[in-house]
Amino acid sequence: MIRLVDVCKSFGDKEVLHHINLTIEDGETLAIIGGSGSGKSTLLRLLIGLIRPTSGEIWIGDTEISRLSEAELDKVRLHMGMVFQYSALFDSMTVGDNVAFGLREHTDMPEKEVQRIVEEKLNLVGLENVAHRMPNELSGGMKKRVSLARAIAFEPEIVFYDEPSSGLDPIMTEKIDELISHTQQALNVTSVVVTHDMASACRIADRIAMVYEGELIAVDTVENFKNIRDERVQAFFHTLRTVKEA
Amino acid sequence: MLLKLLELVGAFVMRRLEEFGTIVLLYRDTMRELGHRPRPRHILSQMSHLGVDSLLIVSLTLLFTGVVFTLQTADILIKFGAQGTIGGIISIAIGRELGPVLVGVVCAGRVGSAITAEISTMKVTEQIDALRVMAVNPVNYLIVPRMLACMIVVPILTVFGDVIGVLGGWVIAVYYSGISSYLYMNSIHTFVEVFDLTGGVIKAIFFGNVIAVLGCYYGLHSPDGAEGVGKATTRTVVSSIIAIFILNAILTFILY
Repeated sequence: MIRLVDVCKSFGDKEVLHHINLTIEDGETLAIIGGSGSGKSTLLRLLIGLIRPTSGEIWIGDTEISRLSEAELDKVRLHMGMVFQYSALFDSMTVGDNVAFGLREHTDMPEKEVQRIVEEKLNLVGLENVAHRMPNELSGGMKKRVSLARAIAFEPEIVFYDEPSSGLDPIMTEKIDELISHTQQALNVTSVVVTHDMASACRIADRIAMVYEGELIAVDTVENFKNIRDERVQAFFHTLRTVKEA
Repeated sequence: MLLKLLELVGAFVMRRLEEFGTIVLLYRDTMRELGHRPRPRHILSQMSHLGVDSLLIVSLTLLFTGVVFTLQTADILIKFGAQGTIGGIISIAIGRELGPVLVGVVCAGRVGSAITAEISTMKVTEQIDALRVMAVNPVNYLIVPRMLACMIVVPILTVFGDVIGVLGGWVIAVYYSGISSYLYMNSIHTFVEVFDLTGGVIKAIFFGNVIAVLGCYYGLHSPDGAEGVGKATTRTVVSSIIAIFILNAILTFILY
């Protein structure tokens, strides 16, 4: 379980997140939505420990991570995976080496076993015969898939997705959404997806949390979320309806 | 007006002190990680990437330094009948000062900028965040191999450059100024001591260390965007060259 208790985050004088309280259950997929600059990516970076909260507590399971040293935090991160907005693949390594990176760094696994896992994870995300290719030879959608294969290679309990549909066409966005749902079912991981794409959030999430100007204004199941009367939430759904009508 | 000026100076000094403090902290973290998890393959790859590619520019720099130095001094020394000292003078000058300092400056431009450009690009494309998320310490993975590679490669390049520089001097002394080859070599044997070379090598180890740490620091703290990468690279070169000159003065004072 992931728990945020009264989390605030400021950069200098500017408070980006105000008193966030949120619980994410094991095995659930939570989509965090919000407009640009609303603070949703900051929230994700707090969850994975890339930045520290100004105040409040962040619990991953039984561990409060906001005051851990970087070395202690690394032990927690071994149970997490992350798919970055622009994939963040290591451009000096092949696709196979990218996926194998965590296994080679943190285990003494024989190379044959590493290669088997790399192949298995690449197949899971629908990629074959790409292990020898360099990231710059791949399309945006393929990079996202490799990034997901890398994130799940170490069998994490939690997978974070930062804007997984960013920069992709609608068809590829749907494929990535299917892949997120498929990964969640196949591995029973807890998934936290940050997105500004309401259609995407509705497709993949069990619950949706909306961040507006640094505040968590609504958290509910997808069905209930649609009925929330708050005009800021409705404005987001309005964009979804407009896209569907078009 | 005066108050405003003092405020500006104060702010500038505070920024520089803050920067210096962050570099010291990064240096401390790098030292802590030195023995933690050695990555010999990474070190060798960095040595090849940063060192071998610098051979040509180091050779050219020191070759022409030796040539010009001999051209400028040979005539005067011959006038005073001191042609028997020219090989020694060139070797001492290159071994103690010109070799390590010029190789340091060349490496600051060639190696330091390459380190900064690579690391800052990794930062901009979130690759450093990806390392942290995968529980890999960026200092151990990125900085330690580069620092060790530079501390090995810059001294090797310095010795190589010393030889090329002395050779350049020999060509001019023998074929232009008419000094005999035996006299040139004999003066090297007579005047040059082993420490003239090793002292320069010690300096080069320090220079390599500074180039790597500053290159990594400015890479890790580069402003976002393509312009940020450019700015960070320039800062690395300028700061490294200044640091090399200051360090050279201190080391010369201590060593000789």
